[in-house]
Amino acid sequence: MSSTAQSLPIEISSLCKAYGPIKALDDVSLNIAAGEFLTLLGPSGSGKTTLLMALAGFVRPDGGSIRFGDQEMIATPPHKRGLGMVFQSYALFPFMTVAENVAYPLKIRGVSKSDQKTRVERVLDTVELGGYGDRRITQLSGGQRQRVALARAMVFEPQIILMDEPLSALDKKLREHMQIELKALHQKLDATVVYVTHDQREALTMSDRIAVVNHGRIEQIDTPERLYRQPHSFFVADFIGESISLPVTVANDTAQLGGRVLKSDLAIAPGSGGHRLVIRPELLEVMSGPVPEEANDLSGRVNDIIYQGDSVLVIVEHNSVGMINVRVPANRAGQTGLPSKGEKIGLALHPEDTIIVPEHVS
Amino acid sequence: MNISEGNAGAKTFHNASTLKAEDRRERLTFLGLSMPAVLAILIVVFLPIFWLSSLSFYNAAGELSTENYARIFESALYRRTFVVTFQISIAVTVICILLGYPLCYLLTKVKDRTAAILMIFVLVPFWTSVLVRTYAWLVLLQRNGIINSSLMSLGIIEEPLQLAHNLTGSIIGMVHIMLPFLILPLYATMRNIDTDLVRAAVGLGSSPRGAFWRVFFPMSLPGLFAGIVLVFILSLGFFVTPALLGGGRVQMLAQRIESTITIYSNWGAASALGVVLLLLALVMIWLMNRVFGLDKLFMR
Repeated sequence: MSSTAQSLPIEISSLCKAYGPIKALDDVSLNIAAGEFLTLLGPSGSGKTTLLMALAGFVRPDGGSIRFGDQEMIATPPHKRGLGMVFQSYALFPFMTVAENVAYPLKIRGVSKSDQKTRVERVLDTVELGGYGDRRITQLSGGQRQRVALARAMVFEPQIILMDEPLSALDKKLREHMQIELKALHQKLDATVVYVTHDQREALTMSDRIAVVNHGRIEQIDTPERLYRQPHSFFVADFIGESISLPVTVANDTAQLGGRVLKSDLAIAPGSGGHRLVIRPELLEVMSGPVPEEANDLSGRVNDIIYQGDSVLVIVEHNSVGMINVRVPANRAGQTGLPSKGEKIGLALHPEDTIIVPEHVS
Repeated sequence: MNISEGNAGAKTFHNASTLKAEDRRERLTFLGLSMPAVLAILIVVFLPIFWLSSLSFYNAAGELSTENYARIFESALYRRTFVVTFQISIAVTVICILLGYPLCYLLTKVKDRTAAILMIFVLVPFWTSVLVRTYAWLVLLQRNGIINSSLMSLGIIEEPLQLAHNLTGSIIGMVHIMLPFLILPLYATMRNIDTDLVRAAVGLGSSPRGAFWRVFFPMSLPGLFAGIVLVFILSLGFFVTPALLGGGRVQMLAQRIESTITIYSNWGAASALGVVLLLLALVMIWLMNRVFGLDKLFMR
């Protein structure tokens, strides 16, 4: 889609909002680059939706600043912020046709009838709903409604688009399909996108950067890969991806597990409340021979083998730290030489995969 | 299996006839269960209506004629009654909309607890006898009633206002009694309007006022329509309140029917009035549905 408007950066600083004793936003500061796809990821009640609604203007913060480009927006009413919005419930007007829904923001802005028509048609083509203009909303499937909501949010070429869990009502297959589509669409649009979800996989798939929100604070903001491989806190490590964790002791920047020094290439983030070793089941390597000297040895005895289709989960009993999960591919390479139940298994945790995090970020 | 059915060669499902018999039995059960209600309605509602309306085709001498209908259309008195009935019903409906719509909107905006308390104020009078409420209004509205005496003691008026025993009194009383019939369906509809829709409209650039008129109002129309039909149709045939608060100066259709029977004991004329009222009510429902076009609005 050609665009007359340039996307805008968003600058959020010291944003606070309390509901009684609960701090929904606790001094949140966040810079979003122009044209970036940023996801606010967190469990329900973490404050991610409050943050989005504050950006939209539907929640009035107690204090702080929100700037779109170089314009202060904190006191601007929602209808003057010029945002495209996609709601979880889609919020399509049931008494209007698809075309009328999409034309709504244009009509409000006084765009001429003929101009409305061409722009609506173009945007419906973009979301692959060409020719659906005269349909009623009630005649559409969930995925189609989702596309109409998207078309309506981008038809007036807003510089910023906010999305509140737009895919959560779709079934898994369609959701995964739409994730790829949305990502492709964002690359065509010249707009900054702020996306809210509680689905970590969705966030990893779509985002340029992810801000992990917990208890009204941003725990970590990073690219998907860095967030996954180098989490700064136990919360982030636990929330994103599959993992098991073991308590470790840290002194002088070295961690010890069960009395043995852990070799790690990754810096240990500052924090409090003790430290944990985070083991991602797919990062452990099953060794047919002895565990190499430079890796951490987590060998044990196979307790159970669970077939899960795309992969096989091996539960290993380690004699000092307890149960460790290992995921191996279900293909031949993964299965060759895999010990059976009750046998010994050699497990290596390489230093670049050895994630040690504090319980709480400082 | 020994429960195989049907002709050899023809494709039949296993246990097909047993399942069919079950189907039949179920249908008969439902029919049997609904029969008492259907019969009761037939006997208590439809038979009297047919009997009464057939009376309208007989004149005082007991001969078949259209005399009763001719009189309705020729007599200025009857025409006046129809006009007054419609005027009052329209006035009551309009006032109910003006009072009820903002109240319902307020109910959707306040906290659930507050809404529940406000709803009690709507419902308690609704559960109170119409007669009791009408007499209560009589007490409030009369020449030396509370309203007149307090307005006079405040020095706002010199002479007591003529609030009862006239059209004003009838309309005040009727609005009070009809208001819940507008509020209940309207509030139910408004409550079901997804607040995200109004938010979406605002988020997409509508002012709050614009979002109300473009999104909320159209979505509340089915409830408003239901309320309007209820209030208007009930008002057309209303008797107690205009009879008591009108003080004889206000003659609505139902009162005319009553006096035709009790004073002139002319059943034919009275039932002709009733038939015309029934037909008018049906025509009004049909017309309103056409005007609002709500079936189109919510095609599902």
